[in-house]
Amino acid sequence: MRWTMQDFSVLIGGKAGEGINIAGSVIARLLSACGLCVYMYYDYPSLIKGGNNFAVIRAADDQTFCTRETVDVLLALNQETIRLHAGMVREDTAVIYDSGVVKAGGTGLTLDAFVKEEEAPAITRSAGIIGGFCRTAGIPWATVEAVFARAIPRELDANLRVARRGYDASPPGSWIRVNGREALPVLTGNEGIAFGLVEAGLEGYISYPMTPSSSILHTLASYAGRFGISVVHPENETGAMLMALGAAYAGRRVAVGTSGGGFCLMTEGFSLAGMAELPVAVVLAQRPGPSTGVPTYSAQGDLLFALFAGQGEFPRIVAAPGSVEEAWYWAGALMDLSWRFQTPAILLTDKNLGEGLFSFAGAPPRPPLAPVLREGDGKYGRYQDGPGGISPLAFPGESGITVKVNSYAHDADGITTEEATTIAAMAEKRREKERAAAKALAAYPCVEVAGDRTAATALLCWGSVAGVCAEVAGRLGLRVVRPVVLSPFPEEQLASALLGVGRLIAVEENIDGQLSRLVGCHGIRVDERIGKYDGRPFFLEDLERRVGEVI
Amino acid sequence: MAWITGAQNTWCPGCGNFAIQHALKAVLEDLVAGGMRPEEFVLVSGIGCHAKIADYMAMNSFYSIHGRGAAVAGGIALANPDLRVISCAGDGDAYAEGLDHLIFAAKRNTEMTAVVHDNRVYGLTTGQYTPTSYEGFRGRSTPEGVRERPINPLELMLASGATFVARAYTRKIDHLKTVLKAAILHRGFSFIDVLQICATYNNLTDYYAPRVYEVEGHDAGDFDAAMRLAREWDYSADAPIALGVIYDSDAPSDPWPRMNGGGAEERAEEIRRILLEKT
Ligand code: SF4
Repeated sequence: MRWTMQDFSVLIGGKAGEGINIAGSVIARLLSACGLCVYMYYDYPSLIKGGNNFAVIRAADDQTFCTRETVDVLLALNQETIRLHAGMVREDTAVIYDSGVVKAGGTGLTLDAFVKEEEAPAITRSAGIIGGFCRTAGIPWATVEAVFARAIPRELDANLRVARRGYDASPPGSWIRVNGREALPVLTGNEGIAFGLVEAGLEGYISYPMTPSSSILHTLASYAGRFGISVVHPENETGAMLMALGAAYAGRRVAVGTSGGGFCLMTEGFSLAGMAELPVAVVLAQRPGPSTGVPTYSAQGDLLFALFAGQGEFPRIVAAPGSVEEAWYWAGALMDLSWRFQTPAILLTDKNLGEGLFSFAGAPPRPPLAPVLREGDGKYGRYQDGPGGISPLAFPGESGITVKVNSYAHDADGITTEEATTIAAMAEKRREKERAAAKALAAYPCVEVAGDRTAATALLCWGSVAGVCAEVAGRLGLRVVRPVVLSPFPEEQLASALLGVGRLIAVEENIDGQLSRLVGCHGIRVDERIGKYDGRPFFLEDLERRVGEVI
Repeated sequence: MAWITGAQNTWCPGCGNFAIQHALKAVLEDLVAGGMRPEEFVLVSGIGCHAKIADYMAMNSFYSIHGRGAAVAGGIALANPDLRVISCAGDGDAYAEGLDHLIFAAKRNTEMTAVVHDNRVYGLTTGQYTPTSYEGFRGRSTPEGVRERPINPLELMLASGATFVARAYTRKIDHLKTVLKAAILHRGFSFIDVLQICATYNNLTDYYAPRVYEVEGHDAGDFDAAMRLAREWDYSADAPIALGVIYDSDAPSDPWPRMNGGGAEERAEEIRRILLEKT
């Protein structure tokens, strides 16, 4: 081993349409079955056929969140993979390739012959190369059988036969030390969000497909029957948001999911939710650029949009998780908070988190936070006074009362008003809810600290760059301070996380330094900014160098 | 139960909205007398003169935003099938800003009643043309006269898959009540285009009076006959204007699964099983 701690990387590449994402996830699960923690980055252009896809899987004794500049094993299903990733190959990198279509040095496997002789479908080619990988990495055959049985529901036998051919045709190696730890489940960030929402009582998910949020829709749709939830793909994002608000009015816990362009359309309903005091959880999965941008890549360019979307002033709760555990936790927490404070909430994620694959160590329990429901009987006004500006909830259908919600300025009964004192009082009521939400959030981990907690130099970051920052900080002896909640701004928790910090370096996947601007509004000065805005995540060594240049 | 709130009514004297409100109140009273609960009705409105009906009716209501009423109504219907959702919209609301939602509500046969207050003018924004204004209509944004053909909403709704399509007129209030009641009792998506007088910006009373007639002997189950009747008047050229139920058929309603929700325990158990599958 090159490191005493296991830290192993494998890249698999091939043509779009060859199932690289699935092959990569099978490799991740094989490594997970050996007791390692895994992370997979999946790279694909916005093409259905043509173009090159690749997945990089990094497995280590501890959870990692980024990839390295070189790999230990390169698996090539086409020549393009060898060409594109030549820079990632070291002298001791094991290269395994399909000798039918690729010329390279290393282990060539005759995948087409395996498939033909085993009378297996063409898609099992990748099983052949995975078999070769397992032998080379030192993964026992029994593990291959067990993982394939769970991960490959169709044509299991054919896949196993082809994998065995690849296994037998490859030289044995021992890159992996099976460490005896129990295998963790492997989830994408979007799966974490889906299950976090379900755990928090989701009853409906309404979403118009948009990369990189679509896999939440797909996941929930595939489990809708098992969870007893409704999953709806309506005419457009405007409709999705308004439908969600109708359902929330009728008492259902609903969420919507989209990316930046879809959220543009939703801002109309988002603002309505603010005025009508309706709860809804919005998953906003960022991708690079204004407008259509770069659909299948990643960015952190929508923070200020999320914070300021919608006309008028109203409270919103915004959180940006940095791991699949946090994604799970905050998806549920935002649902709770949105219902408690009857205001919309945004879970701000991105492609790297949402479509990245991670070992899942379990989400921590959330503080209990129930909605404020109408008690007793008597006259009901949807917007009547309540503690912390929160009006007790009742839903249409209840006997003896009417429930009136309104997009206009309204009185306590929900009837339109243009009366000055009522307009002002309702604005103050919404502000009061924001203060109450900030107070409740004191019980939540709104700011995370990693690395050396006493270091005077800190990296400031948010969202999915959490992991790479933590790893770099570990190597350079720095502190990482990361607000997870971005609205209401966690002033106190952030101040205490920054105690003793003399130098602050912001790391963000955007060009404007949006978090730097946000903290600047709260009197926190950022000394240096490191930005990345090419759609690709930071490599470990890459960020380490760039941080090294400014500390 | 009193059906009218204490909110001050600001519609212009003579406005057709009064007729629609009175018809709605009468129909609801009637349905409640027949055993339905007043609380099971929900009124959704958009934005515009029509939308104030949400303030004026003492019933569950969602006063939403321009064009989005049908989407809100769809969400309510999905969330609670025990509610009866009536979505009032203006013609600008339903046929301009919110056309997609209306068409899809029809396409899905969503369990709701869409009532379009079709005065063929924007009242609240002081008199501009709408999608159903006749060719040549002079509004404040089109002083030389509109040079577009109007949309024929009946034809549009038939083409979109609506299972109940009707037209009524605010100066024929008894007929309006009959049609409205039938629409509310229809299972699935029901649609009524109500020709409404705008007393201030588009008073077409003299135009409508000699032309409107109540259909008799029309087979509302015959789609082709319905299409022919819908095309008789195109909202622009001079022709007789049919009032009544143009089309009425049965079809499966909203294809999306209702929200019924499992218990927290069952869900937690299900999640545990899925996590095992994902190792
Ligand atoms: S402007 Fe027309 S539609 Fe509006 S209230 Fe006056 S008469 Fe009625």
